[in-house]
Amino acid sequence: MAPPGGQPMNIVDRRPNPKGKSLSNRQRFLGRARAEVKSAVQEALRKRKVADVGQGEKVAIPTRGIAEPIFHHSRRTGRTEHVVPGNKEYVKGDEIPRPTGGEGRGGSQGSPDGSGEDAFEFTLSKEEFLDMFFEDLELPDLVKKSLKETFAVDLQRAGYQVTGSPANLSIRRTMRNSMARRISLRRPKAWELDALREAIDNARARGAEEEAERLQRELDRLEHRSKIIPYIDPLDVRYNRYERVPRPNTEAVMFCLMDVSGSMTEAMKDLAKRFFMLLHVFLIRRYRHVDIVFIRHTSTAEEVDEETFFYSRETGGTVVSTALEKMLEIARARYPTDRWNIYAAQASDGDNYGADSGRCVALLGGEVLPLCQYFAYVEVGDGMGGSLTGLSRDSDLWRAYSEVAPVHPHFVMRRVNDPSQIFSVFHELFSKGGIRA
Amino acid sequence: MPDSGLRLEAATPIFTGPNWDFPSLRKVYDAIERIALDELGLDVYPVQIEVITSEQMLDAYASVGLPLMYRHWSFGKRFAFHETLYRRGLQGLAYEIVINSNPCICYIMEENSMTMQTLVIAHAAFGHNHFFKNNYLFRQWTDANGILDYLSFARDYVTKCEERYGVEAVERVLDAAHALKDHGVNRYAHRSKPNLAEEQRRAEEWRAHSEATFNDLWRTVPGAGKDKEDPDNAEARLQEIKRDLGLPEENLLYLIEKRAPRLEDWQRELVRIVRLIAQYFYPQKQLQLMNEGCATFVHYQIMRRLHDKGQITEGSMLEFLHSHSSVVFQPDFDDPRFSGFNPYALGFAMMSDIHRICEDPTDEDREWFPDIAGGGDGYGVLRHAWANYRDESFVLQYLSPALIRRFRLFQVSDDSTKPALRVEAIHDDFGYRKIRSALSRQYDLSRREPDIQVVDVDLRGDRCLVLAHYVHDGVLLEEKSSRAVLRHSAVLWGYSVKLLEIDAATDKTLKTYEVAPPG
Repeated sequence: MAPPGGQPMNIVDRRPNPKGKSLSNRQRFLGRARAEVKSAVQEALRKRKVADVGQGEKVAIPTRGIAEPIFHHSRRTGRTEHVVPGNKEYVKGDEIPRPTGGEGRGGSQGSPDGSGEDAFEFTLSKEEFLDMFFEDLELPDLVKKSLKETFAVDLQRAGYQVTGSPANLSIRRTMRNSMARRISLRRPKAWELDALREAIDNARARGAEEEAERLQRELDRLEHRSKIIPYIDPLDVRYNRYERVPRPNTEAVMFCLMDVSGSMTEAMKDLAKRFFMLLHVFLIRRYRHVDIVFIRHTSTAEEVDEETFFYSRETGGTVVSTALEKMLEIARARYPTDRWNIYAAQASDGDNYGADSGRCVALLGGEVLPLCQYFAYVEVGDGMGGSLTGLSRDSDLWRAYSEVAPVHPHFVMRRVNDPSQIFSVFHELFSKGGIRA
Repeated sequence: MPDSGLRLEAATPIFTGPNWDFPSLRKVYDAIERIALDELGLDVYPVQIEVITSEQMLDAYASVGLPLMYRHWSFGKRFAFHETLYRRGLQGLAYEIVINSNPCICYIMEENSMTMQTLVIAHAAFGHNHFFKNNYLFRQWTDANGILDYLSFARDYVTKCEERYGVEAVERVLDAAHALKDHGVNRYAHRSKPNLAEEQRRAEEWRAHSEATFNDLWRTVPGAGKDKEDPDNAEARLQEIKRDLGLPEENLLYLIEKRAPRLEDWQRELVRIVRLIAQYFYPQKQLQLMNEGCATFVHYQIMRRLHDKGQITEGSMLEFLHSHSSVVFQPDFDDPRFSGFNPYALGFAMMSDIHRICEDPTDEDREWFPDIAGGGDGYGVLRHAWANYRDESFVLQYLSPALIRRFRLFQVSDDSTKPALRVEAIHDDFGYRKIRSALSRQYDLSRREPDIQVVDVDLRGDRCLVLAHYVHDGVLLEEKSSRAVLRHSAVLWGYSVKLLEIDAATDKTLKTYEVAPPG
């Protein structure tokens, strides 16, 4: 069949072909494995450091939901025979203890996709990870503000116009027009006039009156011309034009308020940190720009950087209202509500100076909450029967805040005692179905 | 052995550096082609070489090595799996993928060095290609001319169905059909080889016809007299129907496609697509050892000859030998890397051994292989074997005592009722024949895969589909996955599905499964 002397052979360079042919298959696969992947993601969250919550994740998921079953023989029944290579010492009739651990003996024609009961491991991209992570979560009350109020007006350069205020004069554009006009109308240039005057003087000095006369006439003509052709004509003048464009409010600020008094243990602070980090990652996905303000308080409040916020130790009493005051002060000074979406999360063990709680409630309900899109109060326990004590005895702050919660739907409060609860609490707070205080 | 006279007229090497380019690919191809056709006597399809990136190679992996495939989540799973292994460095990518099509398409990766490209062309474009074109199973079962068109039809058809009926509905059918795809092949050639190009036209026509002739009136006309058949007549009709069904039937997907009472036409077509693609792969499963052995033997011969002629440098030859020896590495059974026989290793060893027996036999070989020993025409004998055997019969015919000794093969029996395995035979005079036939059985697909047939359809009663698994040597089915497969079958069948495990020797029913269709 083959024609002697060679057959046609083509070489095709497929490298420029579109990449990601398997992408849609991959998405389908992830969709399929959603339940497994989600629980793996939450598991991963529990284990990983909070600081890299936003990274991609390697997840191992059980093959259960994504198994492709086929009929196959059970290894544990009946009589089978195997031929295997590499005999070293056996002779006919020897007995070999059955290998344990289900390790495939000879003839294990491993299925090509490596299926089995093992966990199936693969890497999620950062995007996929966060999608899974925040699935079903939505920023509360975002609709109201983003549709109606989050539009601030911005001026944006939009070409030139012929009228305007002197402050908006575009010198560059004006001069360019002027120059073009001068060149096209042949306005005499300054140096030409100067040269002519010099020539007249020279001629006069030489006594060549006739020539001087002729040059003088020429000079007069040119001077006249440069008078009737102005250097800058009103026609040349251009002004910068600005357009007013509504700017979606894509900036958010997140206030992290934490009690750092002696009663807060490291474990409690770690819990709080996890919560703050989640909130941060979540906000970053929704807004182009997110500012974070860390406010810590004992009996006084101060704004600090992240490092200090989480890791430095303080002693002192606990006056929660100072933190709220500080937050109000900063918000009014730096984050006007027409431009900023304000979120706040407060973490505390619930202790407060007895007489302060009333003031906190007044501050919160009267001034802080009207400013915020959302305010979450997380009460952290010590992780050792905390929920029990929580049930039996509400903390001062908890009791106080409970008064505020029913009237302000965008204020929520939750208790967290253990890192494993963080996600579910977070999920509860931001679940799409709306929130309940 | 190598004719050193050739060395004198040795030209300059075709390439020297590690980097490849298109002109040298072509030159190397031409040189290999000379050797393959003139010296080894191979007969191949025209070749199309396609250069791809590693990512595209992963794509190709994911879609079971085919260049285009319909969309399904399981391919995404495969992709994720291979990608993870590859990214972690646990698994290198294959240097090539070759498609049994006409023209024969070879994918080669851009990362390969020029030496590797040479090896790949010799291996895939000539070794596999010759095997695809000449082996009787491929000739009988697969339509190399039509496969690419059919795949593109299948992909478009699946996409269209997804648009019409939704991804989920399509997925449900495909999942179920995939679960049965090993039982969707005809093992005996009592039906003609599917003409895949014809398939596409047929499906299009059928759909167009049913759309054109659709008349909703018929559906609403009251079925006069349908219920009033007398019982005797009904019984006779029942027998007739059963005969028509052709039971017992081992091709489960075929029976479902043709007879499942509740499938829509598009669902039947999807089942058919899965069935035909499974059929396309059916020979490959029975020819893995020979196919890889043939390709590896061919590339080894070609590379050696290129080197003898001075067409590749010493450096290239060393690079090739390094790669070749890792390809044909066979770990021992007690090695942690052991996972069954490496088809490259055993295949290559058997091909080389046959060649040796033909050209340079020992007395033992003369006794065992009187037909071919010392016949001299090694390539001729190999070409004959490549054309007319499959793994099982090939091992039974050609595995020599010399090779059994070299691999130190031994046979163990595993009786689940006994606490220990027993060594039945080793590489000695008593063992050779036992090992040879046992290894041959190990390659017998009909033993490796469960023997499952449709035995009954309860047409009078609840339309239950009854499958039977014929149990040999007491080896039952794995329970969990069997239940899952039955659930999938019930989705397709639309009524409950029963599976009986029947001892093939005694006809006793050992175990029964029954699964009702979902909701």
